[in-house]
Amino acid sequence: MSSLYLWGIFIGSLHAMVPIILTATGETIGESAGLFNIGLEGIILFSALTGALGAEAGGPIIGLLVGIGTGFAIGSIFGLINSYFKGVQLIAGVGINLFSAGMVAFWLIHLGVPGHHAVPEESRLIDLYTPLGNFSPMIIVAILMPILVYWLLFRTKLGLKIRAVGENPQAADVAGINIYLVRFLSTAIGASLAGLAGAYISVDWIGSVTKEISAGRGFIALATVVFSGLNPLLVLLGGFIFGFFDSLAVWVSTMPAVQRVIPWQLVSMAPYIVTLLIVAGVIGRVRFPAAMGIPYERE
Amino acid sequence: MGKRELRFFGRTEELKKTVIAGIIGFAIGALIILVYGYDPTAAYTALFSGAFGDLYNFSESLANAIPLILTALTFAIGFRGGMFNIGAEGQLYLGALAAVTVSLFHLPPLFAFVLSIIFAALAGIIWSLPVAILKAARGVHEVISTIMLNWISHYLAFYLIAQVLVDPQRAEKTVSIAEGARFAVLMPGTSLSYGIFVSLVAAIIIYLLLWRTVIGFDIRAMGYNPQAAAYAGIEKWKIILFVFIAGGVTAGLGGAVHVMGRPPTYAVYSGIPAIRGLGFEGLAVAMIGRNHPIGIIFAGIFFGGLLAGGRMMQLFAQVPLEMVRVVEGVVVLFLAIPELIRLFSFLKKRS
Repeated sequence: MSSLYLWGIFIGSLHAMVPIILTATGETIGESAGLFNIGLEGIILFSALTGALGAEAGGPIIGLLVGIGTGFAIGSIFGLINSYFKGVQLIAGVGINLFSAGMVAFWLIHLGVPGHHAVPEESRLIDLYTPLGNFSPMIIVAILMPILVYWLLFRTKLGLKIRAVGENPQAADVAGINIYLVRFLSTAIGASLAGLAGAYISVDWIGSVTKEISAGRGFIALATVVFSGLNPLLVLLGGFIFGFFDSLAVWVSTMPAVQRVIPWQLVSMAPYIVTLLIVAGVIGRVRFPAAMGIPYERE
Repeated sequence: MGKRELRFFGRTEELKKTVIAGIIGFAIGALIILVYGYDPTAAYTALFSGAFGDLYNFSESLANAIPLILTALTFAIGFRGGMFNIGAEGQLYLGALAAVTVSLFHLPPLFAFVLSIIFAALAGIIWSLPVAILKAARGVHEVISTIMLNWISHYLAFYLIAQVLVDPQRAEKTVSIAEGARFAVLMPGTSLSYGIFVSLVAAIIIYLLLWRTVIGFDIRAMGYNPQAAAYAGIEKWKIILFVFIAGGVTAGLGGAVHVMGRPPTYAVYSGIPAIRGLGFEGLAVAMIGRNHPIGIIFAGIFFGGLLAGGRMMQLFAQVPLEMVRVVEGVVVLFLAIPELIRLFSFLKKRS
């Protein structure tokens, strides 16, 4: 009996890790090029809604693509402001979060469902049915994506360029790399993965949109990037740890017997407490690109 | 505006930039309103007359500004010191609930009032100290730690409201603040209480602190040039500790003043609908006020007004109130551009 519970929590963890891993992997690309995007939370939220509407119009795959497109569009605004116009990245990120929170709440009321917009079953992505349980195909994407991005960043010439721009933009500029373009594209492509994460939440995993559906996952992804020290392969591990505690909290909230011992509200804190502890524990050992967060000014 | 007012912003440039970002924000807002099939003129007319149209509306705007000014100050103190403290949201929840906790006990009126204020400030400090310690000792970025603590306090608030502070008669809310511990209503028939003076006095104190004291000078020096500040012998950890403690106090007070001065129930509801978002909105207020305490007073009243007017907009033009936050987000996004004025310099040439 208890091993069955454990297996259920494990499957739940795999589903819960997907948005964290996708978002954190994308952000790793952006941060490698030197841009720090705290607007990921807003991008996930916004894409969850647009992805859901896309899925209802054209099916789950369209929904996921709309999510990617939404992420790319918002990421482009972020990239434009912070790469070309040398903006203050943290402030721009706060702007995106406020804008998205407002837009999603506005849009939900406009749709006539202020609280909760459920995605109909036929518009949702179909699970893979296996003897071991039902899995979302997006779990595979989430496992492959960090490996792909690791290969991109550390095994290709393009990856070298991206890291050069984040590490020493002056030298990269002398070498003929277009700093502004590389930064713009890195952050926009990174944001499209956050968009995919948002669409996954509404089109596949949870299957509904509320104005709090992102639930801090954008920020947890940022913490996961810190934990990983910009290594996409460690993002996988960090994402799973978060997913585990997230799934544990959901499980406790459905178990009256456990709830008598420890209320669900306290278990729900676990992912955030664990993230905080992990970041505090590893932070001394990670090193970030030298030019991260600093706008590039040509001499 | 005369020269005297402008001096508060430091430079006219800062005010100009805010005005440009504001115009862009409302223009994009109007476009979105139009795209979704509403009438922007009717919407903005209702919005502004609902915010500043008469004394009643303006009082509601001021009432909304009370917590916003305080949470904006939390952010501004940090920003002046080169830190990005977005923890006001969670600190405010706990400040509000700390004030409610005092009302569980039957204490003499004035004593209960003072104790509520002190408890709220302490709750704010307790919730911001881990951020300062993690930053000073382990180098954890405050954006990460404050956001995690915001979520932890979110669930802690849910727990406290449901299990500890619940009103035995009405399960959907906490016990009400005892009558003797409330802020008196300043404008009868509105939500405006004497709590507005807490916000105004806090802004003035923070202003004096930043610009008229040694520690304030050190904070601004560290924000301006951390290397030079370190070279000048300013101890970084002291500044960090001070900035987060001061920020915790104002955010905690924000929660207390809100719940102790908000008729009719003087309580926090489950799901924290009335206090959720006040910390994040404070960020926008701080940036629009250019992180200057006096600028923040004006920005707080302006945004408090938009929130009040937003209800009228929803009622009379059917445009959802949340449009106010969309505009807010766009304004902040454009304020992130340092050379915003130069981008729009072509406007100057033409005129």
